[in-house]
Amino acid sequence: MSSALLELTAGEALAGIRSGELSSEECFDAYAQAAAADGLNAYLWSAEPGARGAGGEPLHGLPVAVKDLFCTEGIETTAGSRILEGYRPPYTATAVARLTDAGARLLGKTNMDEFAMGSSNENSAFGPVRNPWAHDRVPGGSSGGSAAAVAAGTAPWAIGTDTGGSIRQPAALCGIVGFKPTYGAISRYGMVAFASSLDQCGPLTRTVADAALLLSVMQGRDPHDTTSVGIEAGVELPSREDLAGLRIGVARDFSHHAEGVEPGVAEVFERSLALIEELGAEITEVELPHAEHGISAYYVIAPAEASTNLSRYDGVRYGLRVDGDLDLLGMYERTRARGFGAEVKRRVMLGTYALSSGYYEAYYGRAQRVRTRISEDFRTAFESVDLIATPTSPTVAFKLGERTADPLAMYLSDYFTVPMSLAGIPAVSIPAGLAQPPGGGPELPVGLQLTAPAFAESRLLDAAHALERTIGFDARPAAGGS
Amino acid sequence: MTEGSTMAESRWEPVIGLEIHVQLSTRTKMFCGCELSFGDEPNVHTCPICLAHPGTLPAPNQQAIQFALQIALALDCEITPRSIFHRKNYFYPDNPKAYQISQYDIPLATNGHLGDVRIHRVHLEEDAAKLVHVGESGRIQGSGHSLVDFNRGGTPLVEIVTEPDLHDPAVAREWLQLLRTTVRQIGASDVNMEEGSLRADANVSLRPAGSDELGTKTELKNMNSFRFLERGIRAEVERQAAILDAGGTVEQETLHFDPQTASLTPLRSKEYAHDYRYMPEPDLVPLAPTEDMIDAARAALPELPAARRRRYTDELGLDEKQATQLAFDAELGAYFERALAAADGVEGRTIANWVTGELIARLREAGDGDADPASSKVEPAAIARLAGMVARREISNGAGRKVLATLVAEGGEPDVIVEREGLGGMEDSGELEAIVERALESEPAAAERVRNGNLKAIGPLVGFVMRETKGRADGGEVSRLIREKLGL
Repeated sequence: MSSALLELTAGEALAGIRSGELSSEECFDAYAQAAAADGLNAYLWSAEPGARGAGGEPLHGLPVAVKDLFCTEGIETTAGSRILEGYRPPYTATAVARLTDAGARLLGKTNMDEFAMGSSNENSAFGPVRNPWAHDRVPGGSSGGSAAAVAAGTAPWAIGTDTGGSIRQPAALCGIVGFKPTYGAISRYGMVAFASSLDQCGPLTRTVADAALLLSVMQGRDPHDTTSVGIEAGVELPSREDLAGLRIGVARDFSHHAEGVEPGVAEVFERSLALIEELGAEITEVELPHAEHGISAYYVIAPAEASTNLSRYDGVRYGLRVDGDLDLLGMYERTRARGFGAEVKRRVMLGTYALSSGYYEAYYGRAQRVRTRISEDFRTAFESVDLIATPTSPTVAFKLGERTADPLAMYLSDYFTVPMSLAGIPAVSIPAGLAQPPGGGPELPVGLQLTAPAFAESRLLDAAHALERTIGFDARPAAGGS
Repeated sequence: MTEGSTMAESRWEPVIGLEIHVQLSTRTKMFCGCELSFGDEPNVHTCPICLAHPGTLPAPNQQAIQFALQIALALDCEITPRSIFHRKNYFYPDNPKAYQISQYDIPLATNGHLGDVRIHRVHLEEDAAKLVHVGESGRIQGSGHSLVDFNRGGTPLVEIVTEPDLHDPAVAREWLQLLRTTVRQIGASDVNMEEGSLRADANVSLRPAGSDELGTKTELKNMNSFRFLERGIRAEVERQAAILDAGGTVEQETLHFDPQTASLTPLRSKEYAHDYRYMPEPDLVPLAPTEDMIDAARAALPELPAARRRRYTDELGLDEKQATQLAFDAELGAYFERALAAADGVEGRTIANWVTGELIARLREAGDGDADPASSKVEPAAIARLAGMVARREISNGAGRKVLATLVAEGGEPDVIVEREGLGGMEDSGELEAIVERALESEPAAAERVRNGNLKAIGPLVGFVMRETKGRADGGEVSRLIREKLGL
């Protein structure tokens, strides 16, 4: 019984609860048990079966898994870091509060790369998450726990955050839908900050319709986040079945400059383009001349912001403190040395350097100009197309440990997702097929990324929904992986 | 404003600029909803935002923005269409985010002036928390541990930076008092130096008198009263002059003023040599005041000292000195305004004379150190009434002074005091004439000298009349009658 229940999409489960075929409590308990039995290290905390509270329209007590980057009052929130181990926030993030106010129940806090810095989930202080499709492979990151939980069926849906691809890339590697809304669509209040001008909350789900539902509940202006504006036109649940009349842009130059796009990924991408045309859309070549510099700009801007955002973890007020016979500076240094992992330290140092007097213009100033150019590229492109399609990730899920020794190779995982983050525009990854990894082995999911102009969420969801139906991706990870 | 005298002989001209921090008296903090407080239990006015918990974000205080706009407008500044908040990064326990949200290259307002001093910029920022160093010295050196009180952390601050347009420590002090009055008039701050709601640092350099160049400057901190500001600057001017006179060079440094010894000691370079790694604050959108916001701020501005002084000279006919005295002291000005409002036909100038002359002198005599009418027992309406009674000759000048002495001592209504003490005017001039005649008989020698043209000899005659009338007689009227009787 309960394993069939876990197969349902969130939308189907909600329909069952509404019609009385399924009880909200039964549904919650089935997921709570599944989450507790999770063998992927996807959860850092999960609710006890029998936990109640919330419920009501429109989400009827349906469980939701939440990335451990979101503050949850009284429930440990670590952001995947030792420095916040044991930290219980005195308040709840706006996005989470909107979900529970809409009737959702908190299922668990999902594992993640420390402070959302990573593309493989191997930077978690609490151990890596395993990909449900192949346990020796990464789920992607940084929202790897959320993606793995949804793909493995231990959560009906989840929320995560995306700074340079942290929702879309793990969604692609785990074969689910990941949606990054326009910057400002959802409040960032209560999301532990990584790079404030890029961070955005979004859903990881099994279907585009589920993503639309979560987005519609979470989006909106929040007085606690003055950069939040919401989506003025609202979010329509997608209903479109074809792509007739749509112009979809493809940036061949941008795609071809990517190093190491795996042949299997390229093949799935081309097949997807053919399907797009079959559905009545017109494929048009567009140029994104500066997008290939996205990674370089991103790895200045994001670490710069992170270096100041993470300065508050000083051992004075909460979280880890290493003191003893130390003066103030000694306490700061030892606390941060022990509390932060290697990747966090690398980025804090990069960012500190980039903001230093005398270097600011050469690094941060210049990166911001590249960012402006990339935004202009998209604006120009969207004068002639409605959406732009790219692969989500150059590769399928790679092996645990394969890239940990080479940060630059790891950074290139986000080659296709970073430009949209820099431009602040919405993008979705949907499962587009399966491909073998280069060294052979069982087939793994490949994601297709669609992106739209700012606040054109409904257009994007509609097209993704139509394409999802046609692609008909119905593969599931074998129980226990392979 | 007057030039100081001690500086006149030096061949060096001081060049002084001030950097002023004003704590705004908003209800809540700059970026969260915690109430402002002074003197409450430590750490009761805190929340996840001002304690910099993970995930929290700043939301600017609209009242603080309005106050800042009002201050900028009062200083005749240009309001920046889109000003930017920055993060000023440094680690310290009083700074929970490890960055202060401030403004950097694009401040709220620029290019203003107050009096003769140009304003370089006005910007908004947040205050740090308060550190209490536990130990005998009360300073961080030698302290075993320190406690942090976050009540103050996040209090809205307006920073005002002047151009180096001041050249005398005394004038710097006067100018700061004018600024204080201006800000107080707006109601934007308590502007109390002792409590720290007004803080001023000074940049001081010397140059050869008559030169246009700027010498090496030092920055003076911790001058927490107007007196200390003047003293600190004076001490620094003398220190620099001694160095330069001896052929040395002034080192650029930050100096801490010790009010106990009135001496200046350099802060250890570690304490101020920061690379603040300024970065635009990504959590806040640019501050773009709308026309409506600016209009509302302007409309809410009260009459400011400079405009008030102009009204006093042009409309009330006060002289420059008296107008300045009343206009540049917020409390005294408010007192005078209330007296004016209560005036029953008497001229403003007459009331001004009573307030700035007799009243303040009498308060001083009475040992009221501040000689502050506003905190005295004399109601503004009472001084206006008294001025009116004397002006209309309902009572004599002398009687008026007696009434005032009673008002200073115990307050009350002038009419009641006049009635009670029998100070009413000599309405029956026949009675006064009779007394004058008695005076001429009793003091024949004086009467003879006056008759011969020695008007100074009138004293004993007038004195006689005053004694007889217990001061009720009007001095002018008495002189007139005496001269009349003597055929002059």
